[in-house]
Amino acid sequence: MASYNTSEFRSGLKIMVDGDPCSIIENEFVKPGKGQAFSRVKIRNLKNGRVLDKTFKSGETMDAADVIDIEMQYLYNDGEFFHFMVPENYEQHAADENAVGDCRLWLKAQDIYEVTLYNGTPIGVAPPNFVELEVTETDPGLRGDTAQGGTKPATLETGAIVKVPLFIEIGEVLRIDTRSGDYMSRVKK
Amino acid sequence: MDWRPSATFTVIKQRARIYRQVRAFFDARACFEVDTPLLSPTTNTDANIESIKASNLGQTLYLQTSPEFAMKRLLAAGSGSIYQISHAFREGEKGRRHNPEFTLLEWYRVGFDYQQLMDEIECLIDDISGESNQYQRISYRQLVLDHISVDIDTIELLALRQKVDQHVPGTCSSELDVDQCLDLMISLAIAPKIKGYVFVYDYPISQASLARVNASEPTVAERFELFHNGLELANGFSELCDSSQQRQRFEGDNNRRLDAGLEPYPVDELLLSALDSGLPECAGVAIGLDRLMMVLLEKNSIDQVLSFVE
Repeated sequence: MASYNTSEFRSGLKIMVDGDPCSIIENEFVKPGKGQAFSRVKIRNLKNGRVLDKTFKSGETMDAADVIDIEMQYLYNDGEFFHFMVPENYEQHAADENAVGDCRLWLKAQDIYEVTLYNGTPIGVAPPNFVELEVTETDPGLRGDTAQGGTKPATLETGAIVKVPLFIEIGEVLRIDTRSGDYMSRVKK
Repeated sequence: MDWRPSATFTVIKQRARIYRQVRAFFDARACFEVDTPLLSPTTNTDANIESIKASNLGQTLYLQTSPEFAMKRLLAAGSGSIYQISHAFREGEKGRRHNPEFTLLEWYRVGFDYQQLMDEIECLIDDISGESNQYQRISYRQLVLDHISVDIDTIELLALRQKVDQHVPGTCSSELDVDQCLDLMISLAIAPKIKGYVFVYDYPISQASLARVNASEPTVAERFELFHNGLELANGFSELCDSSQQRQRFEGDNNRRLDAGLEPYPVDELLLSALDSGLPECAGVAIGLDRLMMVLLEKNSIDQVLSFVE
């Protein structure tokens, strides 16, 4: 299996740490002039998303993680698994709830998501930065109240609840920033 | 990659200004400038420092990791106090605070001990920075005791490893020896809390390097380092003049290199012969000049003070 020496560590590199695939976020070379050199790395566990610090002696090697990110189209949820398809070859992958995580709030059939495969199995799903979703439930709109900047909760077709301006009505399609969960704008149909 | 310099011209000109000030400082103190070879058939045996190899007509030469050995041969030949601004090379050292090729300001003062040399470093930094700075001095043992409640005179390896787990979680502490544990704690748990200019002195003899053992306290070596806000700036010694002790340390280094799976380096017999013929009592220090510029010019990456980085 491929492996990486600490001198090859850089952000984005995928390595196995304590049996789990991890992605290096930051790597810092630490060394007293006359002392032992270390690599201090911040890594994200790709299975559970947790971020942790690790320190390796310089020169240590870590196994590469067989991890690959592929763009896939979301198909449907069968109650247990979320099904995705690679548009180029129609290859399908089933992701469980853990793999989908918070992304389930932004999953809309036909849209394209980045699915992370570890040894061929989905372990993570990332939404695009912006999604467009329809409002399925919200209090009646207050027409003319566009300047005040007040907000109210609105439920979207995926079940996500976001804060929206008071004038938004059921049936409107909204552009949402998935990184913050913030309403950006209305989308004209 | 961008062909343009990694430092701004403001910084490049500040570097020229600092070089002028350093030279004026030593000229005024009857310490003269020397220029020793960067290529040598021998090198530093330190197990934690890797030399970059070069080759000339089939002969292996090493780019020097500091000008120390050649400068000591000058001292033994009777040069008197000398200084040098030199490039130095250390394989694999690359990061925000490291570059494999960097600049050392190294000088030796005949008749000084390490405490007197610290006084002179304070004068030099005040001179270059144009202000009167505050400096503190603390022994290595006291520093470690104050920050992580470890008494290096009594602590056992297992207890020290537990301290590593506590202060630097995520480390395979079971693979570290005493000095590696201490190196890690100094770098990640202690240095980041150091404020201002702080000299740390009297290192454990296991980290003596080329420093002489303190005559009245044989568990420590007369070695010091200067830190500024956690950044290591300088390393100095009351120099070891005894050639047989120096030979033992070189051989100890090479044994540690073999244990660590590293190739041993040829021992510098010319340096040992020079020590045999008599190195005058002296103290010497190497300041990482690029890092001093990072402090004085308020840059947080070494790239910002170097004209080009590879």
